Amino acid sequence: MRKPSDKQVDEFIGQVLRAGVLLSSAVTMIGLVLYLWHHSASTPNYHVFHSISGKLRHLRQLFPDAFHGDPVAIIQVGILLLIATPVARVAFLVGAFALERDRMYVAVSGLVLAVLLYSIIFFR
Amino acid sequence: MNELLFSLVILGGSFLAGMLGSLTGLGGGVVLVPMLALLFKVDLHYAIGASLISVIATSSGSAAAYVREGFSNIRIGMFLEIATTIGAVVGAWLATRTPVRGIAIIFGVVLLYSVYLSLRGHDDETVPQNKWSDRFKMNGTFPGPDGKEQKYAVKHISGGFATMFGAGTLSGLLGIGSGAVKVLAMDHIMRIPFKVSTTTSNFMIGVTAAASAGIYLRRGYIDPTLAAPVMIGVLIGSLLGAKILVKSNVKSLRLIFSAVIFFLAIEMIYNGVVGKV
Repeated sequence: MRKPSDKQVDEFIGQVLRAGVLLSSAVTMIGLVLYLWHHSASTPNYHVFHSISGKLRHLRQLFPDAFHGDPVAIIQVGILLLIATPVARVAFLVGAFALERDRMYVAVSGLVLAVLLYSIIFFR
Repeated sequence: MNELLFSLVILGGSFLAGMLGSLTGLGGGVVLVPMLALLFKVDLHYAIGASLISVIATSSGSAAAYVREGFSNIRIGMFLEIATTIGAVVGAWLATRTPVRGIAIIFGVVLLYSVYLSLRGHDDETVPQNKWSDRFKMNGTFPGPDGKEQKYAVKHISGGFATMFGAGTLSGLLGIGSGAVKVLAMDHIMRIPFKVSTTTSNFMIGVTAAASAGIYLRRGYIDPTLAAPVMIGVLIGSLLGAKILVKSNVKSLRLIFSAVIFFLAIEMIYNGVVGKV
């Protein structure tokens, strides 16, 4: 495969970021509008901290709920897409450095990706 | 106040916070967290969680525009992201072990220091060559004042790396991008040209915030119905702020807004000390 130039990599990464933000804010917006449609009259309580419902934190339940139109689950999917956007950027850079045969920076970006995945998946 | 009205007020407030954040160059989080905690009496954990989400949105959303300018240095950014992401994990870990009052006080102090850093101006002195800069392939070029490409190298890599670890920790603990500290590390310590420092910092902020946002999310500190209007409001506000910034000379505006942020910082410290957060 042909080596990509730094400028091409920059452009591509820029588009990945833009797409990620657009997609996640669109999904979040849909969820928020649906939520307010159903709950507009209830009184919010953010003053006292109570950890949010466990089912939103488990992917196996989150996606079916979102597909069935649960507004809060749809927002949560939007938020997950947003968090995934910078992670995707780092993952694409690992690939780009590999194509440029820059071993040092494959290792550097691979390490950043590992820290990100570790924090998102395992860290409590 | 019902849910609909509350969401609309949060949306409007977040819009202003995003605009103020981008006009002062300090980021949306520094206005948003005090606003949610002090004005809307939102629990500080929720405020920080929602802010982290908006920080990712702003950083990723504006990055596409910065890419076209071609100033940011991907290798420097990626190298320093090792420090900021590990710092962010430490910061998120500290967040559950620090009393809310303590977090409020630290927030205020960091805010004061950030305002000082952003008003102090920057160093234009760059280094032509450095052995470690060559070894880590961090050298780059940027358009100088005469339009010609100017070469730059990087020095004090270990000092910059350590400061970046601190910036990451503050980001994970306080839910802010801590862009001012990131620029301090690159511009002041590593002697990277100012424009390269700010655009590279913007890229790094999203990756740093993602490292702690995942932890906040799984702990249940990110409430979707609060984070949604915050994320959308801050994103639109900061993109608009960036447009205004390009079009006009905002030096005097910047001073006024910095005064607002100074006031917010004092307010956070005061509320932390008397325990009203």
